[in-house]
Amino acid sequence: MRLTCPHCGERDRREFYYAGSAEQLQRPARDAGEGAWNDYLHNRDNPAGDTRDLWYHESGCGAWLVVSRNTVTHAIASIELAAEVKR
Amino acid sequence: MARLIATTPCGDLLPAAGGGAILTEAAAVDCYSVAPYKGMEKACSTALKKACGIALPEPNRTASNDGVRVIWSGQGRYLVMAADAPDIFAGIASVTDQSDANATIVLDGATARAILARLTPIDLRDSAMPVGATARSLIGHMSASITRIAADEYELMVMRSMAATLVHEVTESMRGLGARAAATGLGG
Repeated sequence: MRLTCPHCGERDRREFYYAGSAEQLQRPARDAGEGAWNDYLHNRDNPAGDTRDLWYHESGCGAWLVVSRNTVTHAIASIELAAEVKR
Repeated sequence: MARLIATTPCGDLLPAAGGGAILTEAAAVDCYSVAPYKGMEKACSTALKKACGIALPEPNRTASNDGVRVIWSGQGRYLVMAADAPDIFAGIASVTDQSDANATIVLDGATARAILARLTPIDLRDSAMPVGATARSLIGHMSASITRIAADEYELMVMRSMAATLVHEVTESMRGLGARAAATGLGG
């Protein structure tokens, strides 16, 4: 598996750290209530298909990436900088 | 009071030779990690240009002028080798002295690329890594900065605590390449 880092270009999987669903970027408001916080902290989909994940370019430029990929075909649709997705 | 003995990160482990290349430790220089504050990237580049005549380099690139060197070292980070970096970037970037933080070695020889190719997953061909290019990647299991400083010369930088491991990894690769060349007449 290779990921194309927006800064560094195409790099080997071993340079990256997988950090779970990109839902983590959507932090609920302080007063959003128990349900929203429970979902945010604990509940994740486990899709056979398209998914959006956070990856950290640990042994590269140190950027956090949002990777859209398909868990069935392993195709990678897009890779963006988390800093720009979150802006 | 104890008298401390000043020593370089690689101490007496270097120089070393083998596999058609030589490995030496780079001379110590003043080195600062510069991380421009949010939105200050341009201001930092302008300040550096004013002080040293060079702009901050693009990702995967280096810049140098009149003894001052700058290596791109990650998202929003640069290694600036200039003694007056704290003054140049005062108020517009986070500046941290890294002069003694890294072990820096230079691999020099016609086989340098082949030796390095055994250690790092990055593409080292001219098309991907011309002279002046730099990359943050792995050397073995270590995060490293790899810079091509001349056609047959690479500068490798890791955290100082890993100096001995770095020298071990690279000299093993030099030995391996040398043995293979001796046995088969082939490089790489």
